[in-house]
Amino acid sequence: MILPALFFYLFAGVCVASAVMVIVSRNPVHSVLYLILAFVNASGLFVLMGAEFLGMMLIVVYVGAVAVLFLFVIMMLDVDFLELREGFIEYLPVGLVIGGIFLFELLLTVGFWVINPGVSKAITAAIPANVSNTEALGLVLYTKYIHYFQLAGMVLLVAMIGAIVLTLRHKAKVKRQDINVQNARTPDMAMAMRKVASGQGLSDADAAEWVK
Amino acid sequence: MSFSTAGYQLAPVLPELVLAVGAMALLMLGAYRGQETTRTVTSLAVVLLIVVGALVYMQPVGKQVTFGGSFIVDDFARFMKILALIGSAVTLILSTEFLSDPSRRIFEYSILVLLSTLGMMVLISAGDLISLYLGLELMSLALYVVAASNRDNAKSTEAGLKYFVLGALSSGMLLYGASLVYGFTGTVSFTGIAAAATVSNVGLVFGLVFLLVGLCFKVSAVPFHMWTPDVYEGAPTPVTAFFASAPKVAALAVFTRVTLTAFPGIVSQWQQILVFVSIASMALGSFAAIGQSNIKRLMAYSSIGHMGFALVGLASGTVEGAQGVLMYIVIYVAMTLGSFSIILAMKRNGQAVEQISDFAGLSRTNPLLAFMFAMLLFSLAGIPPLAGFFAKWYVFVAAIKANLFTLAVIGVLTSVVGAYYYLAIVKTMYFDEPAGQVDPVRIEVRTVLAVAGLFNILFALFAGPVVSVASAAAKSLF
Repeated sequence: MILPALFFYLFAGVCVASAVMVIVSRNPVHSVLYLILAFVNASGLFVLMGAEFLGMMLIVVYVGAVAVLFLFVIMMLDVDFLELREGFIEYLPVGLVIGGIFLFELLLTVGFWVINPGVSKAITAAIPANVSNTEALGLVLYTKYIHYFQLAGMVLLVAMIGAIVLTLRHKAKVKRQDINVQNARTPDMAMAMRKVASGQGLSDADAAEWVK
Repeated sequence: MSFSTAGYQLAPVLPELVLAVGAMALLMLGAYRGQETTRTVTSLAVVLLIVVGALVYMQPVGKQVTFGGSFIVDDFARFMKILALIGSAVTLILSTEFLSDPSRRIFEYSILVLLSTLGMMVLISAGDLISLYLGLELMSLALYVVAASNRDNAKSTEAGLKYFVLGALSSGMLLYGASLVYGFTGTVSFTGIAAAATVSNVGLVFGLVFLLVGLCFKVSAVPFHMWTPDVYEGAPTPVTAFFASAPKVAALAVFTRVTLTAFPGIVSQWQQILVFVSIASMALGSFAAIGQSNIKRLMAYSSIGHMGFALVGLASGTVEGAQGVLMYIVIYVAMTLGSFSIILAMKRNGQAVEQISDFAGLSRTNPLLAFMFAMLLFSLAGIPPLAGFFAKWYVFVAAIKANLFTLAVIGVLTSVVGAYYYLAIVKTMYFDEPAGQVDPVRIEVRTVLAVAGLFNILFALFAGPVVSVASAAAKSLF
């Protein structure tokens, strides 16, 4: 089975390379685009592991929403990223320490897994056989956990209402497009035929009516 | 009625379903008809709350459990739910004037109050940590928004933001505690935790502490009270009345249920936390209120103190204690709604006045209002034969029966200190020079004030039925 291994190295390699590019690229827009590439490759890795639901969620949530939001923020706000990067050398030791801690924890986890492969089986729930994990989630989400699911929906509804209540302002001066009015327009309403005497042009009153 | 889904009975959640569907229907009405419907939506919301209250009342006596144990309807839940519904309905009635101002005609206000009430009902019925958290978030998220609903007012916006940031922090702590409890017991359901937590171990106690921190924040008990005065002062007055009544009922209910049904095996562990929290709340509520000049800030400190008194009952960890908590919260809600209806009634030339000095000489300009407020203040101070006395009586008796003598003595002493600032307002109203005429009081505020005031004054006459219902509700927890 060479194919899965091939795909694994493809996805993993591109993922790591684009993660590096996120940090080193000078243009912040390029950084975000590399971030999206990293997400897509990570979701490919999830699919290889058989966690296709997580893979799809990664694309929908992180690529579809979060990364695009980042992109908007970067393009809308005029942030000088070179200025932000000024303290790079100063913060390097702290960053290295945190990175070292992460590496240590990663090694611990992998070490445990190597020493005793049974541990991960004991602490994770059994994966149902013959069911894809999207289906497995669907089987319990709308039946066993309907109560939580509906409540979470109500929480999101409140969040939506709250965002609208606190930010929406009806401005009277804003001109809005009303498609019904546009469709109902007749040539009589839109045009006026005037006989203009030569050398005089339209009077101001006519012009005012025209603008209206 | 026997309709069900996926093997779960839906009859126990009927009131919640009606409330959720009703709130969404009213949301549609408001969204399609625009802000002119604010009045209609508010009235219909009050009707909806009354209907839901009737449905809760009609539910069969005894314990019903559904959704695999995550939703419990027992006498305790029904008692607290009816109280929370009364609190929300009365607040909506008191809000009609606030909402009638053209710049503040937001129909979403009533919808948010309804959805927050839905969160409270879920919270009161929570049978495991997940539904507890979801109910708490549903309740709080709507509260953050209504706190900032007067969005052109800097203080209101500040109140909303402050409440949101600190509330999110407390939710984080609660979740951290819940994850530790889950890690050390292997289950999220309260009965499962109770079965697993028979001996205390450090990890479990850590989880318990964080869980209690999150809950203390919601009932605004010291040392997690910092948000209360600012939020109470900044939020519009009807919203403050709401904050001080219904959410406190729900938070205290879940506090009681978590400690008594999920951790009965390690009473000594949470008892010392509660003893400390209630002493600190009573002391701070009494001493910090003395220097206040704004009546809403004063009510905030007063509510911190009252939560301390209610927790005295819970700290005893007995049936009498739980009954004391129930009695306390009933009387507290009545006193709070009465007091806030007076604060809402205090207007001069259409402008709301909030300083204590504005109450000067009220006995000569509006004797009835002054008399009612004086009675409510005496009751808040705990002077017999008013309702507030009985509330304190039940919690202190429970504390003494549980051998918590120090707690009871400190409670009585702080209530004496508290009496000072309540009486200072009475003195301002009766012995100071009048600060001018107050505007005539609106009919709905007058009605609420009359009902709450009479309940308060005549409580001794009908204490019997309230006590028996509260005692049945308390027994259903054990």
